[in-house]
Amino acid sequence: MTIEIAGLVVRRGGRAVLDGLGLDVGPGVTGLLGPSGCGKSTLLRAIVGVQRIHGGTVTVLGEPAGSAALRRRIGYVTQAASVYDDLTLAENLRFFARVLGVAPEETSRVIEAVDLGAQRHHVVGRMSGGERSRASLAVALLGRPDVLVLDEPTVGLDPVLRRDLWALFHRLADDGAIVLVSSHVMDEADRCDQLLLMREGAIIAADTPDAIKQHAGTADIESAFLTLVES
Amino acid sequence: MTPTRTLAVALRVLQQVRRDPRTLAMLVVIPCALMALLWWMFREVPSPSPFDRTGPALLAIFPFVVMFLITSVTTLRERASGTLERLLAMPLGKLDFLLGYGLAFGLLAAVQSGAAVGVSVGLLGMEVHGSVGVLLVVAVADAVLGTALGLFVSAFANTEFQAVQFMPALVVPQILLCGLFVPRDQLPGVLHAISEVLPLSYAVDAMQHLTVGSADSAVAQDLLVVLGYAVALLILGAATLRRRTP
Ligand SMILES: Nc1ncnc2c1ncn2[C@@H]1O[C@H](COP(=O)(O)OP(=O)(O)OP(=O)(O)O)[C@@H](O)[C@H]1O
Ligand SMILES: [Mg+2]
Repeated sequence: MTIEIAGLVVRRGGRAVLDGLGLDVGPGVTGLLGPSGCGKSTLLRAIVGVQRIHGGTVTVLGEPAGSAALRRRIGYVTQAASVYDDLTLAENLRFFARVLGVAPEETSRVIEAVDLGAQRHHVVGRMSGGERSRASLAVALLGRPDVLVLDEPTVGLDPVLRRDLWALFHRLADDGAIVLVSSHVMDEADRCDQLLLMREGAIIAADTPDAIKQHAGTADIESAFLTLVES
Repeated sequence: MTPTRTLAVALRVLQQVRRDPRTLAMLVVIPCALMALLWWMFREVPSPSPFDRTGPALLAIFPFVVMFLITSVTTLRERASGTLERLLAMPLGKLDFLLGYGLAFGLLAAVQSGAAVGVSVGLLGMEVHGSVGVLLVVAVADAVLGTALGLFVSAFANTEFQAVQFMPALVVPQILLCGLFVPRDQLPGVLHAISEVLPLSYAVDAMQHLTVGSADSAVAQDLLVVLGYAVALLILGAATLRRRTP
């Protein structure tokens, strides 16, 4: 149950966005943190198998990323809420459940998991930003995937919701899933079991939050990041 | 490809259209109104009225053009919103996606053409010597053709504006050369040869065969050509639909 990446090269818009990146991710909640534009979304897309890559290997659960066998085992939340704006939450979920071939009862479970029970029959396009991103997250939870790849799922949410969602990520990880969450907000670092700090297309640190802070000799991850960048 | 997934896509597309009653109303009412306009235009032209020649051609052109436009815009929206990326990361066959769209818009076209044919034959006195049922089948095949072309070209457009530009580029020439303005056998040699490879020509031919009551085999032949083009375009569409994008 791991994600293994070695020598990953991705060029986008004529520029190497990832240039020989390597990492290992195991079960638990792993945070992928780094400044805007450093290549987080590109890396997550490569793991899901929707990014064209130019070198290296990406292996998920022992299979090459993007292989057909993985398509029902990975739940993916893109950075923009990828749900149909003109359908209700329930209609969206029923559609994606049919595509995934999971039981219709699953839709109720995931609606409760993201706490949108009251909005079940609301049209997604008229939901608030936070509600829409949770609707998108609900789709990723359908069928209890073994790997969850979540691109900034907590952006724009209030502190209470953020806390609830992080609790949800930990429950999913406790059930044995690999949960990989990207964020550019460093204060979410302490909620993760493992951290990947990323800068300009490379992983500059991979460890537990405490170990990273200790190693850098700082009290918080933000300072640790700065220390690592300057050293 | 799996039937349940194809149906899921078709059902979802229809649900989306249902959320947009204005589009649905326009889809049905506008072709009827245009047929009435055409009939009115030729009202005082001495017989044989050109309405009997141009009317059937228009019945072939509507579903093709409308479904082409709707499909290219919807698919682009699906690309831009990220739902296509999400779907292609799921166990959905590319043909499930394409055929789902074809099925949904084919059904809409049946409703649209049903109304337009009903108005033309029932109210405006358009003469149809062949079967009205077959006329509807041709209209639906035509809509599927428009959908297939829309799905295919949307792979080459990055914005909805670009997609709409394919209309004058790929659709208008077909309308000009399909026999609506100049009977195809009176076109200059080169243009005639071009019209022979354009699918809309066959759709219009089929409609015209039906109205004058030609042999069934002539209609069937044209219908097969239209369907052949639709299938070929869907396969090309599947080939250009990439799970991995740059
Ligand atoms: N479709 C694209 N075509 C060309 N270049 C792209 C494309 N998408 C992203 N890039 C470039 O790739 C680099 C990394 O982008 P990416 O989206 O992976 O960053 P990110 O770390 O996710 O940023 P953010 O935190 O803002 O989401 C950026 O410099 C961006 O300009
Ligand atoms: Mg990003």
